[in-house]
Amino acid sequence: MQKIIQDIESRYSVSEKEIRRNNLCFLTIPKNQAISLVTYLRDYQGYSAFTLLTAVDWIEEGHFQLTYLLNNPTNYTEIGVRTMIERDHATMESAHHLWESMQTYQRELKEMFGIDFPGSPRVDEDFILEGWTDIPPYRRDFDTKKYAEETYFPRPGRETNDPAEYMKSKLFPND
Amino acid sequence: MDIRKIFQQYSDRTSYPEIGEDGKPIIDLSSHKYLKMWQGPQHPGVTGNMSLELTVCGDEIVESKTHVGYLHRGFEKLMERRKFIQCFPTCIRMCVAEPDPNEYLLARCVEELSGIEVPEMAQWLRTLVLEMARLQVLLRGVPGQGGTFALGLGYQWGNYIRDLILDRFEELTGGRVYHMYILPGGVRGLLPDGFKKRMEENLKLADEFVKSIDDLMYSNSVFKQRAKGLAVIPKEYIDKYGVYGPSARAAGVMRDVRKTNPYLKYAELDFEPYTTTESDVYARSRVRWYDLQTTIDLIRQIMAKMPEKGEIKAPTPNVLHWKIPKGETYVKCESSRGEYGMYMVTDGSDMPRRVNLKGPSYTHANMLLEKLLINANIADTAGIMVSLATCPPEIER
Amino acid sequence: MEKENKNIPLVKTKTFINPENEKRSVTAPDGSIIEIDPIKDYFCQDRPKEYKVRSGAVEKFLNWARAESLWVLGFGTGCGSIEIPPLVTPRFDMYRYGVQMRPTPRQSNVFIISGYLSVKTLKRAIRSYEQMPSPKYIIALGSCTINGGMYWDSYNTINRLDHYMPVDVYIAGCMPRPEALLAGFAKLKELIKAGKAEKANEYVRNLDWYKANQKKIIKDWNMPDYNW
Repeated sequence: MQKIIQDIESRYSVSEKEIRRNNLCFLTIPKNQAISLVTYLRDYQGYSAFTLLTAVDWIEEGHFQLTYLLNNPTNYTEIGVRTMIERDHATMESAHHLWESMQTYQRELKEMFGIDFPGSPRVDEDFILEGWTDIPPYRRDFDTKKYAEETYFPRPGRETNDPAEYMKSKLFPND
Repeated sequence: MDIRKIFQQYSDRTSYPEIGEDGKPIIDLSSHKYLKMWQGPQHPGVTGNMSLELTVCGDEIVESKTHVGYLHRGFEKLMERRKFIQCFPTCIRMCVAEPDPNEYLLARCVEELSGIEVPEMAQWLRTLVLEMARLQVLLRGVPGQGGTFALGLGYQWGNYIRDLILDRFEELTGGRVYHMYILPGGVRGLLPDGFKKRMEENLKLADEFVKSIDDLMYSNSVFKQRAKGLAVIPKEYIDKYGVYGPSARAAGVMRDVRKTNPYLKYAELDFEPYTTTESDVYARSRVRWYDLQTTIDLIRQIMAKMPEKGEIKAPTPNVLHWKIPKGETYVKCESSRGEYGMYMVTDGSDMPRRVNLKGPSYTHANMLLEKLLINANIADTAGIMVSLATCPPEIER
Repeated sequence: MEKENKNIPLVKTKTFINPENEKRSVTAPDGSIIEIDPIKDYFCQDRPKEYKVRSGAVEKFLNWARAESLWVLGFGTGCGSIEIPPLVTPRFDMYRYGVQMRPTPRQSNVFIISGYLSVKTLKRAIRSYEQMPSPKYIIALGSCTINGGMYWDSYNTINRLDHYMPVDVYIAGCMPRPEALLAGFAKLKELIKAGKAEKANEYVRNLDWYKANQKKIIKDWNMPDYNW
């Protein structure tokens, strides 16, 4: 693991690294180098299986974090390639040419986070939602509770307790 | 117009769909050679609530699209506004057929990010519960493959034994389908008195079932003829499309997290996942059948090796204000369908920042299924879907 | 033929009508050109009618017959559908009670809404329900159909089913056991025999209210108002 990380550091500008276990580490890479690193890992380091692509919304800092998680089927290690992209008009280079399964992830991200992947096949088609008109739901500024209360018809009589308060009074009265 | 003339005119099906310059078939619906039809969500041949948009020529599929999202509840969003302990009842509903890997993964993520060590006894119990969950899925899934080819008898047998295993779950955890047995730090309880004896009785029945399903399904000539050579996954698809678990093992590629990245007590257990190379529906079904035997054997091993008593739960902080330091992790385990992973990001607050669940159905039911359905018959779609063991709720979550 | 292809927009636009349901002209196999308007030609636009409730012994007999042959539509809309297979298999065998699964809405008169309904499924569930012949009944399974249950704050699942479809029997629990389902069937039989399970007529009477509720959340309503 250390060897590969040193090798990557010599080729790419890794700004942050986090070794979680002896078979899992996360590297942060600038946006323009991310796809290049993913391709390098796939073609030269044996990370040929793609595990997942997902986004994290860091709304306070104003950017999305994209994580490409790659798996090496020979020595069973995993590398997560993290990259930060701008939150406004978020776009990212598409990687659908690397794995066939990639376009599904990109379709989901486009729908749920509003991150655009120009050139990815069927990226504009609805994937999960249908006829959605609000802002993409997985963004942090989308309030699901407020939306549900306004859109659906909550049945009256549901006692809404603050879970922390309620559990405290019921389970840990002395805490 | 004489309808027979139309059939004569278009009787030769080998020449279409014509392949265009970009390598994709040219499908012109208005030429009356093709028909667009939907299968699902209200269709008995579709596993769960999803749908297929098929373009057919005669009864042969020339183009297919899968549509998912009928079961989307927004778990990942809901978990962002729940405390870690509140996430548990939510997360187990992500895959309904096999809920225990969900609880294990969430518990493991939380433990890893906050640095909690799980006691020995709890690890054994977790292994037992995960294997029992696999057993109950396979008892439904193995004969279910026969059900898609109109051989429903095995399904009745399998479901009966599955109900008995669910009874054992009920004894151990209190729940029939959703258990909530695995919590951060350990598990909720020890084995009840006489559990092992009753379990052994059920396993004997399961042994008999394994033998009789072999006679019923795998030597049935109709099943053989329909399943052999259907929907072959070439070896190079494994990485390209993301094929996991039994489907990959049927293609001769060893993908079993229990063996490759041993977790819990799997390193101490003696088992060898079955692999074969035919990679058709029959081979995949056969791999699952061997898995069923492995699982029965593993449960026996676990019950023999596990200690009688011990600590089952490590002390955890007060769950009401349990803050987990900033970090991220990816944890995986082997479900009955293949590698099942959870990616969790925390930001130092008492709620997860982001949870993403990656199940094998995500790739199996989207790109791979679309690919495999091409040139299959309409009647075989159900068989192909079941052979990939797609579980729609884990695709859209 | 090329001309016709151009009529269908390549870029997907969110319209009320699906591209395949738009007005268009089609060349028949014999060369003649036919104008079709799918919404008018393929679907019936009339409002549904109430089925006739007879009186006295005739209605009693009919209700007895209806109660003893509950045919369930095989549409697993949510996680509750995992408890349907045990019902069909030896241990809980629901055939004993005259309950059986049917593959198509045209043959069934009971619709089990098995659990939460996302907006996308609700659209299909309404379609399936409206295609069933009257008299028809709905059994709602699980807490999530009653008040949202576990998903009360989710942006994609409905909270109260009875605002969108008429419900005869609720079965509470998450998830309800097969025994609870059998009890639900027994309750439904009781209601039918007492002549109280006429929610299908109520749906017809209050169609406008139901439709308004449904259209409030299904934003791309691209089907006729009532699907026969």
